[in-house]
Amino acid sequence: MSVKMLTYTNQNTPIHRLTGASKLLFFVLWALTAMIIYDTRCLLAMFVIAVVIFAVSRVPFKQYSFVLYLILIFFGLNQIAIFLFSPLYGVELYGTRHDIVHLFAWYTLTWEQLFYQFNVALKYAVVVPIGLLFLLVTDPSEFAASLNRIGVSYKVAYSVAIALRYIPDIQQDFQNISFSAQARGIDISRKEKFGKRLKNVVSILLPLILTSVERIEKISTAMELRGFGRGKKRTWYRARPLRKGDYIAIAMILIITVACLVITFADGSRFYNIFK
Amino acid sequence: MAGSSGLSVKTIVAIGIGSALFVILGRFASIPSFIPNTNIEVTYALLALFALLYGPWAGLLIGLIGHTLKDAIFYGQPWFSWIIASGIFGLIVGLLTRRIRIADGEFGGMEMLRFNLAQLIANVVSWLVVAPVLDILIYSEPANKVFVQGVGAAISNTLTVAVVGTLLAIAYSKTRTKRGSLSREA
Repeated sequence: MSVKMLTYTNQNTPIHRLTGASKLLFFVLWALTAMIIYDTRCLLAMFVIAVVIFAVSRVPFKQYSFVLYLILIFFGLNQIAIFLFSPLYGVELYGTRHDIVHLFAWYTLTWEQLFYQFNVALKYAVVVPIGLLFLLVTDPSEFAASLNRIGVSYKVAYSVAIALRYIPDIQQDFQNISFSAQARGIDISRKEKFGKRLKNVVSILLPLILTSVERIEKISTAMELRGFGRGKKRTWYRARPLRKGDYIAIAMILIITVACLVITFADGSRFYNIFK
Repeated sequence: MAGSSGLSVKTIVAIGIGSALFVILGRFASIPSFIPNTNIEVTYALLALFALLYGPWAGLLIGLIGHTLKDAIFYGQPWFSWIIASGIFGLIVGLLTRRIRIADGEFGGMEMLRFNLAQLIANVVSWLVVAPVLDILIYSEPANKVFVQGVGAAISNTLTVAVVGTLLAIAYSKTRTKRGSLSREA
């Protein structure tokens, strides 16, 4: 059950050298902007910037290729679903109708629909590289410190740190439990029938959750003994001061965000209409 | 527990470990069902149980953090509308089951009914209201598509929590010592 996941590797590029806080700020603002706007011009510009940043980071392709395939599949299914459910949604949004070809039943391909789905695609294409990059270039232990830096309460930041720290351990636990269950004939793979499979999952979940509850008791006792949560603030071993590169990155994301919002909403709508 | 600054140490750790469990179960233990594109997500049984054990704040934050990490680590892109819906689900289950004292081993017929009523309400609010509405607002997706997806998720999650979640809660309550369970020997 060796499943690949996106993990951090240490490289020495301008992107890697940024502090966690500026990476996080960049990612959050970038994702929010891409979420809000539907302006094709802005999205295209952001896409180009994203690709450039990705190239600068020089992350090897095979570190994220498997995720890219997953994203493409999910993305393709979503596009098909949008068309199947609402073939004329674009017409509704843009208020005009230019037919290309009538397919079957009530399915007609229109330029408006194509343009709308192209924009949906673009929204993905803008966020995915930056999202992937954020995970590939951010040291998990620096991540909690940066969450706290941008204003999240240190207790919540610590929860995130604990989650990241224990994902590999819990994966190991899950594996051990499900292997020993399989040795006793409890199978959760595709070979088992649906009802039986559900029942078998429960019999694996139970020990996993009980050990986890025990683990929670243990860790929280240890933290309490060390006086966690007494102070209003907390310092972080991995926190680093902002450097020149960080100021450039923060300035850049602020400019991009403001510019995109201004351009998008200049005409009072979040959509860019090429049909008028 | 008023506000996040008042979280107890135990809740903080429970949020961390719960989120890690959410990530692992979401990746390895979801079973494809008969309805295409809809999985039996045992993660929501876990989320409901942790909301029941550790309260509404834990439910909210495990939903938010766990779902974000799961999406990010395995799929490279967080899908915010459903992440927020997961958080709301945990919050509602936690709020509505506050008075069940499962840590004292109390989980009989009445509590079971209460727990399932809570999860039903939480599922309806998150998947039929929050997730589709946010999908439309944030991603501007067609309404009928997101509502069909929402109905699928609501039904499958409610059934999963009803079966798996209730079984887990019963099993957990049996490991706890009941209040007043000692009796004087005659």
